[in-house]
Amino acid sequence: MSGKHIADDSLQPESFEFSAESEAKITTILAKYPEPRKASAVMPLLDLAQRQHDNWIPMAAIDVIAARLGMARIRVLEVATFYTMYNLEPVGAWYLQACTTTPCWLRGSNEMMRAIKDTLGLDNHQRTEDGRFTLLEVECLGACCNAPILQVNDDFYEDLDYDSTVSLIESLKKGEAPSVGSVKGRQGSMSKDGPTSLVSLKDKDGVPAWFQDQAASVGGDD
Amino acid sequence: MLRDEDRIFTNLYGWFDWKLAGARKRGDWSNTKDILTKTPEDVVEIVKASGLRGRGGAGFPTGLKWSFMPKQNTGKPHYLVVNADESEPGTCKDREIIRHEPHKLVEGCLVAGFAMRAEAAYIYIRGEFYNEALHLQHAIEEAYEAGLIGKNACGSGYDFDVFLHRGAGAYICGEETALLESLEGKKGQPRLKPPFPAGVGLYGCPTTVNNVESIAVAPTIVRRGAEWFAGIGRPKNTGTKLFCISGHVNNPCNVEEELGIPLKELLEKHCGGVIGGWDNLLAVIPGGSSVPLMPKATCDDILMDFDSLREVRSGLGTAAVIVMNKETDVVKAIARLSAFYKHESCGQCTPCREGTGWMWRVMERMVRGEAEPEEIDTLEEVTRQVEGHTICALGDAAAWPIQGLIRHFRPEMERRIAARKSGAPVFETPASVAAE
Repeated sequence: MSGKHIADDSLQPESFEFSAESEAKITTILAKYPEPRKASAVMPLLDLAQRQHDNWIPMAAIDVIAARLGMARIRVLEVATFYTMYNLEPVGAWYLQACTTTPCWLRGSNEMMRAIKDTLGLDNHQRTEDGRFTLLEVECLGACCNAPILQVNDDFYEDLDYDSTVSLIESLKKGEAPSVGSVKGRQGSMSKDGPTSLVSLKDKDGVPAWFQDQAASVGGDD
Repeated sequence: MLRDEDRIFTNLYGWFDWKLAGARKRGDWSNTKDILTKTPEDVVEIVKASGLRGRGGAGFPTGLKWSFMPKQNTGKPHYLVVNADESEPGTCKDREIIRHEPHKLVEGCLVAGFAMRAEAAYIYIRGEFYNEALHLQHAIEEAYEAGLIGKNACGSGYDFDVFLHRGAGAYICGEETALLESLEGKKGQPRLKPPFPAGVGLYGCPTTVNNVESIAVAPTIVRRGAEWFAGIGRPKNTGTKLFCISGHVNNPCNVEEELGIPLKELLEKHCGGVIGGWDNLLAVIPGGSSVPLMPKATCDDILMDFDSLREVRSGLGTAAVIVMNKETDVVKAIARLSAFYKHESCGQCTPCREGTGWMWRVMERMVRGEAEPEEIDTLEEVTRQVEGHTICALGDAAAWPIQGLIRHFRPEMERRIAARKSGAPVFETPASVAAE
């Protein structure tokens, strides 16, 4: 279990309102669940509120969501505090989530953490003085064949080491997000020395042998 | 070694178009209507006969699980829930299916949903897979537009919806009943079983929860036949499997292989071998963080399937192979997993809530040798007190890695304690020794 810090009253806005753009998304979200079960929408609505509000959820939004979904305020708040991804206090525009679980650790996540410390001076749970960067050490991000991983906002940067982490941070400082994925240019989670499987299908659009006769009749334009 | 013609995920590495046109070319959505003209029982029988066992960790026979859904109309909707909350350390296979083969999953939902008379599937994807969720949502929308799902899916007369639901960072939601709680808008705290989800699941309705890979392989199994799938691998351990190999190999990668492939062949053919060579291997965690590690002697000839790994008191789990060579501080590697379980315990059951923190603190002392030798026994005893005494298996999962460590590396733990007492270095890697 882990605790979660809620922003002080001085930082809490007095009110919160979903934008018109968010409202359109809420309509789509609510349609996924049976009407009497609309509490199911609490997670997507918390996510929407966070995306709309500089990547953190103010208490006023908790109230708005509770009212919208017919839930008690505490039920929304306990969901908001239970899940790692909801921020209940302000975070930097560059929100860094560094994975240090064993598979990343074996591949050098300590070096990635050292690079973050050296470039930004950040330890876990800290925000830079200029407010631009926040670091959170997180548990397994589920991309272990491309370890170590640093998640920057929504994107994964993979196969990092000390130097590539430094250059990633330097780019972010300039307001530039490099292309996502492996910083070594590796394609997906394929072996860096080239494929050891599926080679025979590479120039066949991946069409398996059992389907090759039928594939010709499948239009590629629908 | 598995032949390419038997591989299901031909776009595993994202070389080709992942959208509908590309997927169709690779055989997805080809005459799906024909599958839907069978009876649900027929589809279940095919999957049963294929020998497919759940790909999410427990290895329960998939067809049998589907057959637990009520066959008569209970007046309630039935649901398929797909567990895409991939979070078991070491595991990163479902991510590749979702971003490179999303139509295999969407079509799988339709086929599996049909087999269990479901009216809808909810796919619960971990929140951190944001870009992957965009691919999957796009694939779902393409399938709706093409009439493949929704009303009269594939022109079959069967109505079936597929919805995507994003999680928000909680390992525990990979436990099926915690996932259902979360999907209902609550904290992800597991439910007591019974009742099982097939009777009382999502919204109190009959529900089956399956892993992404189990669902995504179903259409190909039905198309190519149960005999084809059952002919790969070994009896009771049939078919192909995505292996995720991470840690100390030269080329970490995902690869689809035959169940029962020797571990050594898997690492040497696909991963460029262990860093420093096979003799530099220390231990392997063969199935994600929850399963006990195996020392090198076991790794030399072990086969990678459910029953072989069970025989050596480990498990295939999710087939996430975490490799550690002799430069690894193995006590630290396991202590880091203890920290993981402490962080991810949902707090509902006392043995797990208190035990995971206790075990982690003791493990941290073991890393530094700050302990008495008899505390190793105490630690082992506490893992037994947690194991089997909680609502869900997270307590077990926290206990097993430590039990594996004590079983195979007790001398190393004792050596550290002795070194600490004598003022000698507690841990030195062979590399750091060589550098001096």
